[in-house]
Amino acid sequence: MVINLVLLGVLLITALRAVMKRDIVKSAIALALTSIILSALMFRLGSPLAAVFELSVCGGLITVIFMCAISLTKPQVSRQEDEEVNTHSRHFGVLMVLLIAAAGVLLMVGIPAGTVLPQAAADADARSVLWNERQLDLLGQTLVIFAGFFGILVLFKEGVPRVEKNGAARMRDDLSGELEPDDTVTGEEVHSEPSAGCSKVKAEKVCE
Amino acid sequence: MMVIFIPLLFIAGFYCIVVTRNLIRALIGLEILTKAVTLLLVAAGCVTGHSALSQACVITVIMIEVVVMAVAAGIIVSIVRRTDSLDRRYLENLRG
Repeated sequence: MVINLVLLGVLLITALRAVMKRDIVKSAIALALTSIILSALMFRLGSPLAAVFELSVCGGLITVIFMCAISLTKPQVSRQEDEEVNTHSRHFGVLMVLLIAAAGVLLMVGIPAGTVLPQAAADADARSVLWNERQLDLLGQTLVIFAGFFGILVLFKEGVPRVEKNGAARMRDDLSGELEPDDTVTGEEVHSEPSAGCSKVKAEKVCE
Repeated sequence: MMVIFIPLLFIAGFYCIVVTRNLIRALIGLEILTKAVTLLLVAAGCVTGHSALSQACVITVIMIEVVVMAVAAGIIVSIVRRTDSLDRRYLENLRG
């Protein structure tokens, strides 16, 4: 019981650090720590399978996703942190007041009197429940994974060359948002086929 | 004690989403919200004795959460490429 209380306290502290840290990389690391402590708490509450999923998926995979997003947007992240430097101390005070007020209300209200908890049923294995009783959940998970896969494919799709009104063919590099050096082609379209993978599509330069 | 800590976690995550202007930090707030929900599910399973069912629900929530995070991170990267900023104040037009 005491260990559960300590774990809950540390969980709340790491979650608050993830919220209040100015550096977003440190926030992401605090979030990973929150996942690790939550998985330990889940294990102590008799849910080992959920604890393993929480540790591997939330503590590992989601942290990697955050780090990838932060590294892909690094200049904008630095600029945003500089803009928000003066607001963090004010937000911390407001958050503390909110949390203390909420804790006070919850302590006063508590669990309503006369609440009867149901009898504990025979504890089936989580795997058999998942595969036998929650098959639609598994189908839904599969569909969501495929939807996410195709969503990310669409979001990171390579750009294709386009011809502008004045007849000049310009290549826009969708990865950097910059124009390539002027390979102006007069009066002719440039035919190029996008190649597979991550290689850039290059326009052919025609000598005048 | 779960009755106190889980709502506090929820409030912290909700506060993070509402207050911040940084899109990635809003994702972090959403992640904390989801952690509060998964902890509530596990605690409910422990109290009622249906821990197997609660674990199945938690696994489903975690799988959906990771896909949502991945797609949301992809959307944020696309937004940054278009607007060159992580600030949500610059998301003013609906032009595709």
